[in-house]
Amino acid sequence: MKAPAFSYLRPENISQAIDFIDIYGDEARWLAGGQSLLAALNMRLAAPSVLIDINGLSELAGISVNAGKLIIGALTRHREIEHSPLVAQHASLLALAMPHVAHAAVRNRGTFGGSIAFADPAAELPACCIALDAEFVIVGRGGERRVRARHFFTGLYETALQTGEILVAAEIPCARDKGRAAFRELARRHGDYAIAGLAVQAAVEGDVLRDVNIAFFGVDSKPVLAEHAASVLEQGAATPARIEQAQHQLAQDLAPQDDVHYSGAMRMQLARVLLARAIGDLVNLETKSAAR
Amino acid sequence: MNTPKPATELDVAFTVNGERVERRVPVRQNLADFLRDTLGLTGTHVGCEHGVCGACTLRCNGVIVRACLMLAVQADGADIVTIEGAATGNYDGAIVADLQREFHQRNALQCGFCTPAMLLTAAELVAARPQASREEIRAHLSGNYCRCTGYQSIVDAVESVCRSRSGT
Repeated sequence: MKAPAFSYLRPENISQAIDFIDIYGDEARWLAGGQSLLAALNMRLAAPSVLIDINGLSELAGISVNAGKLIIGALTRHREIEHSPLVAQHASLLALAMPHVAHAAVRNRGTFGGSIAFADPAAELPACCIALDAEFVIVGRGGERRVRARHFFTGLYETALQTGEILVAAEIPCARDKGRAAFRELARRHGDYAIAGLAVQAAVEGDVLRDVNIAFFGVDSKPVLAEHAASVLEQGAATPARIEQAQHQLAQDLAPQDDVHYSGAMRMQLARVLLARAIGDLVNLETKSAAR
Repeated sequence: MNTPKPATELDVAFTVNGERVERRVPVRQNLADFLRDTLGLTGTHVGCEHGVCGACTLRCNGVIVRACLMLAVQADGADIVTIEGAATGNYDGAIVADLQREFHQRNALQCGFCTPAMLLTAAELVAARPQASREEIRAHLSGNYCRCTGYQSIVDAVESVCRSRSGT
C-alpha cells in the first residue's frame, strides 16, 4: 500500500528539531533511516500527521572514542558501524551482530538510533546495547539526560524516550583487555528478524568468565538481561556441566509466550541451545556436545 | 521563533542516471513511485512496499537502498542510479553488463520481476568483494526475493562474475 497523507519538516539543527517536536508532540514522528517507520506507514500501521526528517543533522552521525567510551551518533548508518575499525576494536559485539541486522540495502540506510528508538523486541541492537552496558544520551527542551540501556526498553516498542525528546547518541564503555563478545541468532532467512537470539559480553581468561552480561532478544516484548544464567557462569570454569546449569537457570530469566509462529516452549529450548553455543564461542568449547 | 509550515509538496532537484531532474513532488510519494510514475523509469519494480522483497533496490549516492523505504523528497541533492542507468552507462566498469550476460547464460531468471534489483544488489558485492564465497554471496542477496529460480542459478551467475573479476 501507499503511506497515508502526512506533512513534512526538515530541521536544520537539533535546536530547531526540538522546536518542531515541541509544537507537534505526539502528532509527529522522527524520520531517521525510515527502514521501519516508512514500512509501517506503507502498511498503514502508523499515521503520524507530521514527519520530522532528521537526516540532514550531520552532528548526529559518526563514531568516536572519548574518555574510555565509544560514542555512536544516533544517525550513524548500520553500514558504517559494520565496517568501523573503532567498533571492531572497542565493541566487537556490535561488529559480530551487524551482519545479522536486516539486509545490505537496509543497512546502507537504517540508523543505529532508529533501531534503538523503534525498540522492536526481535531487533539485535537493543540487546547488544544492554550486554555492552551502554548509556543513551537523550536531548529535550529541558536539556540532556542519560539512561542506561538496561532501563531504556520498557515494553513492546516502548522506551524511556518522552514526547519532545530525541535520542542523540549511545555511549559504550570500551572493552578492556580480557573483554570478549559472542553473538548468536536463529532466523528463517538470513537478515530477517530473529526467532530468538542473544548478545553476550564478558571478561574471559582461559575458560573462566567474569562480568558476564547476557541479553536475549526475540523472546519477550523487550530485550531481557539473563542475570540468573550469568551468575551461574561467573561461579567458575565454563565446563559443559556449568553451561548446562546455566541453561537450566534460564527458566528464572525468561518466560517466552506462545505466539502465532512459535510456542513459548520452543523459544525457550532455542534460547538454551543458543546460550550454550554462545558461551562455547567465548571459551572455544566444542559446542555441539554442550548444546544438548 | 520562526517556524516553517510543514509541507505537503516540495521542490526537489537530484540526478537520475546522470541527468538532472527538478520536480515538485508530494511529500508522501516514495522514490520508487516517483521514478516509475513521473519519470517513466519502470525498471525499479514495486513488490511488497515494505522493504522485504527487495524488488525496488536502486543505487543512491553509490550504495544500494530500498526505493520503497525512501521518500522522493529525501532524494533531494542525491545521485540516483536505476537499472536503466547501470545497464547502459559506465557507472561500475560494466559489472552489471557482465552480470546480465551470466544471468542469461545460466538461466538465472524466469519472469524477470526480481532481476533489475538482483543485478544492482549483486553488482555492489562484485565491486566491493569479488573474492566473496558462495555463502557471502547468499548473505548479500538475502534481501532480494526470487520466486522462479530457487536462487541456485543466481548464485552461480554472481559467483562466476566474482571469479572472473578476482582472477581466482
